[in-house]
Amino acid sequence: MPPMRHQIPQKPKDFGRTIRRIVTYLFRQKWLMLTAILLVLVSSGATIFGTYMLRPLINRGIVPLIGTEPTLADLRPLILMIGLVAAVYLCGALANFAYNRIMVTISNHILKAVRMDLFGRLQELPIHYFDVHTHGELMSRFTNDVDTLRNAINTGFVQFISSSVSVAGTFVMMLVLSPLLTLLVMAMVAVILLILSQIGKRSRRQFRLRQAALGRVNGFMEEHVVGQKVVKVFRHERATKAEFDALNEELREVATAANAYGMMMMPLVGNLSYINYAVVASAGATLCIFGQLDIGTVGAFLQYSRSFFQPITQVSQEFNTILSALAGAERIFEVIDTEPERDEGTVTLVHTTTGADGQLQECAHRTGRWAWKQPQPDGSARYVPVRGHVVLDKVDFAYEPDHPVLRQVSLYAKPGQKIAFVGSTGAGKTTITNLLNRFYEVPAGKIFYDGIDITAIRKDDLRRSLAMVLQDTHLFTGTVRENIRYGRLDATDEEIVEAAKLANAHPFIEHLPHGYDTLLTDDGANLSQGQRQLLSIARAAVANPPVLILDEATSSVDTRTEALIEQGMDSLMAGRTTFVIAHRLSTVRNANAILVLEHGEIIERGDHDDLIRQKGRYYQLYTGQFELD
Amino acid sequence: MIREIAKYMYKYRWYAVLAPLCVAGEVLFEILIPRLMAAIVDVGIANTDLDYVLRTGGLMVLAAVCALILGLLAVRFSSKASMGFGAELRRGIFYKIQDFSFKNIDRFSVASLVTRLTADVSNCERASMLLMRMLTRSPVMLVSATLMAASINGELVWVFLVAIPVLAVALGLLITLSFPRFMRMLRKYDRMNATVQENLAAIRVVKSFVREGYEREKFDRATEELVDTSIQAEGIIVFNWPILNITMYSCIVAILWFGSQLTIGGQMLTGELLSFVGYVTQILTSLMMLSMGLIGIVTSKASLERIIEVLGEKVDITDEQADPALTVPDGGIEFRHVSFRYSGEAKEDTLKDINLSIRPGETIGIIGGTGSAKTTLVQLIPRLYEVSEGELRVGGHDVRDYTLDALRGAVSMVLQKNVLFSGTIEENLRWGDPNATHEQIVEAAKKAQADAFITSFPDGYNTVLGQGGVNLSGGQKQRLCIARALLAHPKILILDDSTSAVDTATDAKIREAFQSELGHVTTLIIAQRITSVMDADRIVVLDDGRIDGVGSNEELLRTNAIYRDVYESQQKGVA
Repeated sequence: MPPMRHQIPQKPKDFGRTIRRIVTYLFRQKWLMLTAILLVLVSSGATIFGTYMLRPLINRGIVPLIGTEPTLADLRPLILMIGLVAAVYLCGALANFAYNRIMVTISNHILKAVRMDLFGRLQELPIHYFDVHTHGELMSRFTNDVDTLRNAINTGFVQFISSSVSVAGTFVMMLVLSPLLTLLVMAMVAVILLILSQIGKRSRRQFRLRQAALGRVNGFMEEHVVGQKVVKVFRHERATKAEFDALNEELREVATAANAYGMMMMPLVGNLSYINYAVVASAGATLCIFGQLDIGTVGAFLQYSRSFFQPITQVSQEFNTILSALAGAERIFEVIDTEPERDEGTVTLVHTTTGADGQLQECAHRTGRWAWKQPQPDGSARYVPVRGHVVLDKVDFAYEPDHPVLRQVSLYAKPGQKIAFVGSTGAGKTTITNLLNRFYEVPAGKIFYDGIDITAIRKDDLRRSLAMVLQDTHLFTGTVRENIRYGRLDATDEEIVEAAKLANAHPFIEHLPHGYDTLLTDDGANLSQGQRQLLSIARAAVANPPVLILDEATSSVDTRTEALIEQGMDSLMAGRTTFVIAHRLSTVRNANAILVLEHGEIIERGDHDDLIRQKGRYYQLYTGQFELD
Repeated sequence: MIREIAKYMYKYRWYAVLAPLCVAGEVLFEILIPRLMAAIVDVGIANTDLDYVLRTGGLMVLAAVCALILGLLAVRFSSKASMGFGAELRRGIFYKIQDFSFKNIDRFSVASLVTRLTADVSNCERASMLLMRMLTRSPVMLVSATLMAASINGELVWVFLVAIPVLAVALGLLITLSFPRFMRMLRKYDRMNATVQENLAAIRVVKSFVREGYEREKFDRATEELVDTSIQAEGIIVFNWPILNITMYSCIVAILWFGSQLTIGGQMLTGELLSFVGYVTQILTSLMMLSMGLIGIVTSKASLERIIEVLGEKVDITDEQADPALTVPDGGIEFRHVSFRYSGEAKEDTLKDINLSIRPGETIGIIGGTGSAKTTLVQLIPRLYEVSEGELRVGGHDVRDYTLDALRGAVSMVLQKNVLFSGTIEENLRWGDPNATHEQIVEAAKKAQADAFITSFPDGYNTVLGQGGVNLSGGQKQRLCIARALLAHPKILILDDSTSAVDTATDAKIREAFQSELGHVTTLIIAQRITSVMDADRIVVLDDGRIDGVGSNEELLRTNAIYRDVYESQQKGVA
């Protein structure tokens, strides 16, 4: 059972479709599911039958014998009937156990399937999806939504089947026993349903209020826990506490009301069913007195009238859970149904050697010589060596239709060149690199990679040919070694150390408690930002790709360390086309070409000396007359 | 554990007492009902006494109504008590976090603190609710129904007396068996979530290295482990059902068998037999609810433990040795053989034998490589961390002699990782001085070179910032943080790499303003950019936790190799 969470009763948009979808998951294990349903029927049937047996037991087994000295023969029907009841109950209990056990297996496997589908789809979604959906939002698909779905499958759906069976069965049996008393029970049911729907409405409103208050408190707490160090520096603790108290008190009040409404169902339905029991008992007795009914029937009927209300209580308790679960499932399916990244590329990246005839030949092992394999219409393949020749031809781009980010950007990078982008935040530097690896698609204009239009290259292969080091480093839970190996899964330990040395990360790794086997957790929380950047450079180095993209890769590394990495970087960049984005102009000074971007356009280009001579924007930036933000 | 937590119930203790009392009352009225039903059957029907039937029927309705009222009251009271408890608990944790030192904060990740404040508190709330209602209901039901049954027929009651201990042992066994399995499952659950969280945060890395398949396998392993452990845990719990069902059915069969013989022999009436069956149903329904509730209570134990971990965390920086009347006389700072390490297990000291004396009003630049402990050094001054060895004096007194309020009031610091809060710009600046006038705020903003961009916003100082100041650029945020620190009228001002995103021209203007207007304030500036510290009275060069050199720009250029290196790497080619 996952940690419990309060559920917001939410109405799903398309009931039927979502339920059908969940049912198809349920029936992935068709035979198990059918067995479970069969067992539910047996178990509910057994209870109904057992209760029904009260009537013949009393009427035929006991009443005729009262006051007699029964012989064994007289007791025969009684013994038989009790034996039968015992056998039926035993079957019922076993069936009940079996289906509950089966449901544990089914529900866990369904949840796994749902999680896998969800996670798998997330891996395939375009980056744009992650721009418009926060991590918190996507996380809650995995946590809140899957959890409520779990509750709904575990209690809701099975309960629903067994409840409907027992309600229907009990209803039929009651009708058989006494239509008149059944009418009385139905009147009570009508009253209860009326009350339930009224309470349900109010309860949903209270829950919404509570959810809003909870959101405010949680937001406040999160913000202040994140900024706790600032709170301390400014001795703001008292003010923060006071502000918190006000929000917390507000939450307490609405939560109390919401909770009271939510919990009210049980005593309400339970005790109303007792009132019903009392009325039925009196009415049954009256009918008995007038000779319309016998005692056994009244006894059995009374048991039925009790068990008739139990499923209603349970379903009314679970109603909000089921609604929330359906809404949650709908949100999950929405993600699963989102269209994944499109990839029509056919050109692949292969290792090659030079054959005896001087031609490139494909081979399975790593040779350090890459080629693009272009399938030809006649079924053969053409091999183009990967050199890192990148051309952008009049590229336009916009994240949102009316806000162009790049306008008519053209540039070329010859193999082995270092190209630098300089410009303010939002000028479009990172966007260019994101178009290169096709995180986003180019709407107008073309990008060529070694003469091949990048849309013709399979995305995975395109990305494998580029290594990126981003400003926001992200490390994974695991050892330092594993994190570097992320760049190339088959890298040997020696290659990893090599890469770390290249990035100048080796000295600090050696200083860590367990060296390369030090466990990193929480996105490398135990490392400084600079150290994390060094690790991500090592990770890119081990990947050993033809093209390198460094997006503010050393922004948090001090200039001296940066100078030390520079040698490593220089050897890393040697022979590779490199795109560099840097805030610190000292890092880009030795680039073959520096492109100054402003509002999505290249306003200046040239090498450092050219640009200084031009006395334009670059010159202003370099001499500190202009602020980069 | 319970005792530590009980004090958070204190404020709502009366509700916490009333709720179970009401539940008990509700149960007692419910217990009457089968007894009255038996009377209807055995007296009313047997004597064909319609009047008796109706009167007893009326009594039954009355009993049910009383039970209903008490039941609703119980819900009301238990809601008040448990939600109140939750609120107090949340408050307790939040207050505790407010008292945390930096070291305490470092020990817990932000995400884990937030989980404790939210999900874990909800779990405890829910558990307290279950405790008050289920845990009262079942035992009271058990005892009173057994007594009632005994009063009807002493000979048949042994059926209960056999069933109850059997059930108790079986359920107890189930819970002890399942608890560790549930704990294991919860850990796997956290692991799986951590995998997702990490993946989402690093999605660009995943995609650029084409590691989607690798990540999927990782996730597959994590969920598979979760499935295994949950099936193990839940597989134990499903035994609940056959145990309860078989016990209940055995009781019914036993009662039918022995009861029917008693009835035939005339020692028991038919109605009484029926009421026995009714009691069995009542007792077992309540037990079933109890056992389901218990799983909830058991799993919330993990939450409770996590909460207690926070509440029990020892705050290592307190006012214990402080003289409450002492205020900081001036901005002089003196490090005497100061060493510092972040934790006892650390292999070596982060700061090693620091000796440094700073005069009031002096401007000190601090420069050094990544990991040279610049930030650590300055964070000792407002006692954000405690020195491990040696002595640190501010204004001529040991920092421990001041109350934290007095010390931090005199030492204003702009952190490297700075945070603005949701609210207007003016509200954020007011953090420095809650009583500042608008003019003072504008003045501080001007010194920090922030006034110009603030007034360029349509709402000026009333511009609302999103959480973390998301609608501002890095340089703008840094300047607001500086203004906020200036408003505190400190004797010592510390800027920890606080102008890294500000252009050099503005950076120079800020320093100019400091020099002309904050001459009396001791200022410490940590910077990557050499131009930010060049004009300081003295510059401290840190290397690997040691002071490598102290002096003016010219002195260091002559004598210090590291400084010269940094200088040259940044200044070469500048016109």
